[in-house]
Amino acid sequence: MTGSLTQPDLGQVRTWLQEIPDPEVPAVSVMDLGIVREVRWENDELVVAITPTYSGCPATSVIALDIEAALRAKGLEHLRIERRLSPPWTTDWISEEGRRKLEAYGIAPPAERAGDSPSPFDRFLRKPLVVACPRCKSENTHRVSEFGSTPCKAQYQCRDCLEPFDYFKCI
Amino acid sequence: MNEQEALFEYLLRLGDNALILGHRLSEWCGHSPALEEDLALSNVALDLIGQTQLWLNLAGEIEGKGRDADKLAYLRDARDFRNLLLVEQPNGDFAMTMARQFYFDAWHYLQLQGLTGSKESRIAEIAAKSLKEVAYHLERSRDWVLRLGDGTEESHRRMQAAIDDLWMYTGELFEADEIDRTMIQAGLGPDPSALQESWLDLVRATAEEATLALPQPGWAQRGGKRGIHTEHLGYILADLQFLQRAYPNAVW
Repeated sequence: MTGSLTQPDLGQVRTWLQEIPDPEVPAVSVMDLGIVREVRWENDELVVAITPTYSGCPATSVIALDIEAALRAKGLEHLRIERRLSPPWTTDWISEEGRRKLEAYGIAPPAERAGDSPSPFDRFLRKPLVVACPRCKSENTHRVSEFGSTPCKAQYQCRDCLEPFDYFKCI
Repeated sequence: MNEQEALFEYLLRLGDNALILGHRLSEWCGHSPALEEDLALSNVALDLIGQTQLWLNLAGEIEGKGRDADKLAYLRDARDFRNLLLVEQPNGDFAMTMARQFYFDAWHYLQLQGLTGSKESRIAEIAAKSLKEVAYHLERSRDWVLRLGDGTEESHRRMQAAIDDLWMYTGELFEADEIDRTMIQAGLGPDPSALQESWLDLVRATAEEATLALPQPGWAQRGGKRGIHTEHLGYILADLQFLQRAYPNAVW
């Protein structure tokens, strides 16, 4: 890519990124999850800034590779993936569309805003979260385990339809 | 020791605590009392290993001798490790693992909270990231102390024994040495002794709710921060470092 006339605009790039699924939760894209923090041109180089969901999440390096491969397939040659730690990723960045897709896929989206989470000392005193079953929408559910198939999820079960399901933890 | 050397040592402590405890927890993989616990312990281990990479890579950068997180984790001997004695203690039974985790998580949370105010922005950023994960670890380990302490006669007995046996390794968490003082003066890290009161408040309240008796303050085992370890660390390293020692420079 040389010269600004042949550079795709950033809106177009974001549309392409919207098509890249998260490797562990393929129902949602890396854009839906809020992992992509910035897309910008630096002269003729496209820079995509991404942030890890959890510091040990093995999907982070796969996401970087997927983004690079997808953009190269669109004809972009000069690109760089930038890792960004701050501000730390929060489930508040999951888009409305992302939340809908998660639920349709059978994963209950975060049931509270991380922004107003109390400190852990206060968290001990609060009531258990109400997490609605993604299948039958019943709120009569219980937590089976604090962790699920990936660090970002917990395991719940619905007491009405008995469906076991993943809950996307709020951080 | 100048400030940069002290900072390198300090970052090794942060990284080594996460590395050694993460390794200990990973030893439960495939052996936990229930599948859910297997998943949970492995996921907490994963968080800690992720944090290890962040701290030790930064340590290597500050040192400036071309060592990255892998080199620091795999190619140092026991005397060069700077983790607290608490995190290298054996898993024991499930009560022992969760008591160790609770003592550590409560302290880790407070320490990271202090580190978010570090004048070194890279330290503050890693701390802010880790704090979110550790808040969850703390909630979980506290739940287990409650559940086992206030559970059956047998679970209470085991949790009480674990709380007692590990107590002598908690004194080291709050002792400030020359390196800590350099960090405090430079505004890079919190004063460990200032964390003790909040930690005790939390641990006391939890023990009370769990019907457990907290031991009296007494003799504290110390040395990990300076590289003087219990016999257990060598066995951990034999396991952790085997591949790099037997097949130097092997990559995934």
